[in-house]
Amino acid sequence: MKRVYADNNATTQVAPEVLDAMMPYLTEKYGNPSSMHEFGGQVGKVIEDAREKVALALGAQNATEIVFLSCGTESDNTAIRSALATKKDRRKIVTTRVEHPAVLTLCRHLEREGYQVRYLPVDRQGNLNLDDLRDAMDDQVAVVSIMAANNETGVLYPVAEAARIAHQHGALFHTDAVQIMGKVPLNLQETDIDLLSISGHKIHAPKGIGALYIRRGSRFRPMILGGHQERGRRGGTENVPGIVALGKAAELSLQHIDDEQTRVRALRDRLETALLRIPNSIVNGDRDNRLPGTLNISFEFVEGEAMLLMLDQVGICASSGSACTSGTLEPSHVLRALGVPFSFAHGSLRFSFGRYNNDADVDHIIETLPPIIERLREISPFKPA
Amino acid sequence: MAWNYSELVKQHFFQPKNVGRVENADGTGDVGSIACGDALSLTIAVDKNTDIITDAKFQTFGCGSAIAASSMLTEMIKGKTLDEALKVSNADIAKALGGLPPEKMHCSVMGREALEAAVNNYRGITPEAHDEEEGRVICTCFGVTEGKLRHVIAENDLRTLEDITNYTKAGGGCGACIDELEILLEEHLQQKPHTPTPTAARQPLTNLQRISLIQELLDHEVRPILQEDAGDLELVDIDGLRVTIRMVGQCSGCRAAGLTTKWIEDKLREIVDPAIELHVKEDL
Repeated sequence: MKRVYADNNATTQVAPEVLDAMMPYLTEKYGNPSSMHEFGGQVGKVIEDAREKVALALGAQNATEIVFLSCGTESDNTAIRSALATKKDRRKIVTTRVEHPAVLTLCRHLEREGYQVRYLPVDRQGNLNLDDLRDAMDDQVAVVSIMAANNETGVLYPVAEAARIAHQHGALFHTDAVQIMGKVPLNLQETDIDLLSISGHKIHAPKGIGALYIRRGSRFRPMILGGHQERGRRGGTENVPGIVALGKAAELSLQHIDDEQTRVRALRDRLETALLRIPNSIVNGDRDNRLPGTLNISFEFVEGEAMLLMLDQVGICASSGSACTSGTLEPSHVLRALGVPFSFAHGSLRFSFGRYNNDADVDHIIETLPPIIERLREISPFKPA
Repeated sequence: MAWNYSELVKQHFFQPKNVGRVENADGTGDVGSIACGDALSLTIAVDKNTDIITDAKFQTFGCGSAIAASSMLTEMIKGKTLDEALKVSNADIAKALGGLPPEKMHCSVMGREALEAAVNNYRGITPEAHDEEEGRVICTCFGVTEGKLRHVIAENDLRTLEDITNYTKAGGGCGACIDELEILLEEHLQQKPHTPTPTAARQPLTNLQRISLIQELLDHEVRPILQEDAGDLELVDIDGLRVTIRMVGQCSGCRAAGLTTKWIEDKLREIVDPAIELHVKEDL
């Protein structure tokens, strides 16, 4: 059976070039970079090489601004906790209602620790109004954390402008950029962004590696204390194969941005046009302000998990924001923040394309999904009018 | 998250039986809503003379297990009289499907509710009259009434808040009703509706009946209370009227152990047989 992997916002296939680059560090080059001998020392050099590559991909000024750690979630947690620790006299956090759980769960926890958190709303298209951010700012805000692109809808947020607003009030600015990297060019030097989080497995490196950008000159408090690794900013023996992989993946991501913006965007648009022919369907998220490969689309009167099970039968991997798939009993917090009507929110599907998708993948979805929806609508007591 | 569905659930989802509506249905049961994420419309045909359900069809909006539970329900009630059909519990539906993931038990409850609603509709019991029985809405997110909660908690002997959410969805939204759910749960745990009838009302017990009654009593009434204090017991042996247990966890070596064993012995004597002798085996 043909497998169509259309869930690249969840995770991506490790690129063969990435696997080749990391392989020696899983086999013969197993030295510890902290060791005094040359066998370990040479491994230390490849870490610095990877750091350069990640810095270049992000448009950072200096490689020392990059700290390697275990994943996007650790990066988000480290960034926000560090910002709070270095702005001790300030007790407020501003974020959005549509953040990834890596940020939202932490913020809810921080509320219990006594911080005041303001969750900015988004409009029906999923867009943020920067006036809401301006209204939320005062000299008590320690950190503003706004994602660069939403994982469910693909909607992009004006983080460069938001960072300027944060700085006007003396707050630090953090962005979760795990979804945007490799899809939209980034040039951190030209922005006020202080802290930025990325994750390896979203850009064709393996799981278990991430990075945090910390603007040069910013104060920083590490979250994981230990040895002197990463200049004392993240204790623990380096995940050398992961770091090498992230470096290679970052390098490749720069080369593939054009492909994402043209070919991958065309795949997404073709699927979108075809699926919108299905009656009672709507796209969730601003169609003009989105990641190029993401399509979040809802079909009324059918439920997301049921569609996913049937798609799985024909080899298609996608995801959904329905209650039965969100691990709770309510549809995804992102779709609720957009105000997607419940009848549509339960029937949402997310397709996310990337480097390895092609026209045949889109054809397979266009052939198989409409009959699945038709069949589930036959079973459903609710029908299109 | 990928659900671990049984083969039977998959079968009834991918090839559901009895999809559609019975023409000129004698009874219709509509439960759930699009907002809640699942809804079931059950239609039945009933033979007026025999009260037998001659046909049953469903339409369901919902996830894989909701569709599978609806399909299984129609298969289970066809050919039964109304009274027989009403004996089908949500647990029976789940069991017939080879089990459901705990988070999906509410799908079987929805099936059971649709059945009740369809039978009530056939018997002319109006939804309004039925609603009054149901009492006020406790979980406003999912519209779950006090009546439904009491019924489902008792019928499935639910023991935790998580169970209640898995079976009824109540408490799975904003969480504002958690305190009220705690009260209902507490009431159920204290009432212990599973208390076996005392011996006085029973026929003399066979050996096998006595063993299973002792086990039931220990499992449902005694151990949960010990477990609250991080203790427990193990049933070592039942030899006629001589019951041997071993105390474990915090109960082992507890200074109040004497009182606890006395209380257990009293319970056994009251419920099973006044001549029961309880022995506690000491750990070596």
